[in-house]
Amino acid sequence: MKYMDEYRDAAASRRFARAIRRITTQPWTLMEVCGGQTHAIIRFGVDTLLPPEISLLHGPGCPVCVTPIHLIDAAIALAARPEVIFTSFGDMLRVPGSHTDLLAAKARGGDVRMVYSPLDAVRLAQANPEREVVFFAVGFETTAPANAMAVYQAAAQNVTNFSLLVSHVLVPPAIEAILSAADCRVNGFLAAGHVCAVVGYEAYFPLAEQYRVPFVVTGFEPLDILQGVYMLVRQLEQGRAEVENQYARCVRREGNLPAQALVQQVFQVVPRQWRGIGEIAQSGLGLRPEYAAYDAVQRFHLAADITPEATDCRSGDVLQGRLKPHQCPAFGSRCTPEHPLGATMVSSEGACAAYYRYRSLQAETLAGAP
Amino acid sequence: MTDINLSCPVPLADDDTVLLAHGSGGKAMHRLLESVFLPAFSNPALAAAHDGAALTIAGGRLAFTTDSYVVRPLFFPGGDIGTLAVNGTVNDLAMCGARPLYLSTGFILEEGLPLQTLRQVVASMQAAANAAHVSIVTGDTKVVDRGKADGLFINTAGIGVLEHNRTIAPQAIQPGDAVILSGDVGRHGMAIMAAREGLAFEGALQSDCAPVAEEVLRLLAAGVDVHCLRDLTRGGLASALVELASASAHGIHIQEDAIPVMDTVRGACEILGIDPLYVANEGRFVAFVQADSAALALTTLGAAARQIGTVRGGAPARVTLASAIGATRVLDMLTGDPLPRIC
Repeated sequence: MKYMDEYRDAAASRRFARAIRRITTQPWTLMEVCGGQTHAIIRFGVDTLLPPEISLLHGPGCPVCVTPIHLIDAAIALAARPEVIFTSFGDMLRVPGSHTDLLAAKARGGDVRMVYSPLDAVRLAQANPEREVVFFAVGFETTAPANAMAVYQAAAQNVTNFSLLVSHVLVPPAIEAILSAADCRVNGFLAAGHVCAVVGYEAYFPLAEQYRVPFVVTGFEPLDILQGVYMLVRQLEQGRAEVENQYARCVRREGNLPAQALVQQVFQVVPRQWRGIGEIAQSGLGLRPEYAAYDAVQRFHLAADITPEATDCRSGDVLQGRLKPHQCPAFGSRCTPEHPLGATMVSSEGACAAYYRYRSLQAETLAGAP
Repeated sequence: MTDINLSCPVPLADDDTVLLAHGSGGKAMHRLLESVFLPAFSNPALAAAHDGAALTIAGGRLAFTTDSYVVRPLFFPGGDIGTLAVNGTVNDLAMCGARPLYLSTGFILEEGLPLQTLRQVVASMQAAANAAHVSIVTGDTKVVDRGKADGLFINTAGIGVLEHNRTIAPQAIQPGDAVILSGDVGRHGMAIMAAREGLAFEGALQSDCAPVAEEVLRLLAAGVDVHCLRDLTRGGLASALVELASASAHGIHIQEDAIPVMDTVRGACEILGIDPLYVANEGRFVAFVQADSAALALTTLGAAARQIGTVRGGAPARVTLASAIGATRVLDMLTGDPLPRIC
């Protein structure tokens, strides 16, 4: 089976779209949490196949977007140090801090390098013993195991010139924050498939029960999303609030146990600042005290100031599903990928970037849509 | 005693790396010309050893173009900076509908570049020139200090002759024109990315770097009514179409599932979160032809070519793409460099 062909099949997509239309009898507001799902929806136009009663809200599942601005500033400051090789996934390089971004820091002479794996950063540290290698450890639960492995291996191999600048965030606390907001309009959630592949989906059962909201663990191809929507609408139409798994080819209820064990060994749950949203308790991961030597904040004595966001950036509202990107007054005018006001316009998983890339020229017609 | 760095001003006779002296116009430079450039690019014009080449060109209209090449790494699967430097300029001439004839080449060499590397690049250039039936008739060499030029940079300029009276340009594009794509897309950019980042994919990725002049001349000789040609380099197929929609002030509609992409390229793009429509190519072009010429164009170009869309008249001058699952989206110009996803 070739997943990309099978899960993007036009005929199958239309059948699912028809099936969703058949069972939908009233308006429902659904939220997909993961930025990767947002992009797939917009890129393939999945939302245009849904009946008008279904509206999709885009959630805060873009770790790049929610990394606090002071950490971006800290990253830029580290990159400017001559002894530092600052490594990161590509996405973080163009996210704006208070004044500039990492790519500009690179242009000004900072040694900023894009890597595809945190283990590459460890290898870089081994190859350059006279330099300090820092890796920007950004992500949800999905990337935590690889980052934990990097620290674990660095410790095992006695690599002392390597550290992580950590900005890990957890999904369930973010969902709970959205559900407990007074103006929450979300009827059901498409849960992030790859996060669940790592941590499983046990955490959603108490949320489903407490808030009477269904969850469907969903994948990333158009057919995954359509099937996920179908399963969610079916639950809502039947008055159920349960947790179901659409992405069964990839996700088990208990998740990936060895990965979880490694993460628990290296990281602990800490409070985290979410850019545009504020602090959410117990919503992040930080290095355990026994791995403090690998924590860039402690290693480089970085200040922990909270920097206020630019006032005209509405990322926070977009991330919580209160605003669609094209409804933001700065969208496409003062805020574009070339000169973004906030992270949601830059990151490949940011809702604003998705709308701009795939929909901007239709924004004038979308402006009237809910 | 202070540390004195003695450097003898007289260059060593047996150079195995490029030295600053090689760019100075003196004996070292002449040695470089005679031992590296002239034997590779041998032709009467170059042998005249004059400041410029005097050429006799039959026919009235000329096409003229230039491009500079700064690719990193210098050598990649499917080619090197030399093959790019020749084919890139040959293809720009072909996009005017011209028969490419003569190239100039300017080298900016970094002090310390191994001469063996230079010889390999030069040999590649001559091989590419032979394959494209062009001669490299004049050139220049400069050397800059270590650290100032990433190995080497090459500029080539090219002259070709227009053997027809057509206007082949964005302004000639008309509503109803068929958009023909000469082959599968995304190979070059992904091959470079894989080579640069040290990524190994199953089913190795090779650049599609090749001259397209012969294909274009066949199209014209067959009588296909060609309105516009564009080769798909940086920014990929999508950027070329967006530029042409804007330049011609017409809308263009294309079908995503008509665009051929090799499985290896598609897989590499999926893993890295890159859209193959925006990936660079070096041996592919789009042709806008009169609607009733489309079938002949496809037969002439062969099995790899496809009709991927049509031109819709007038405003809005956008490129719309019908996705594989049937929804339509608008294609925009690429922003910055494609950055891979993080999770």
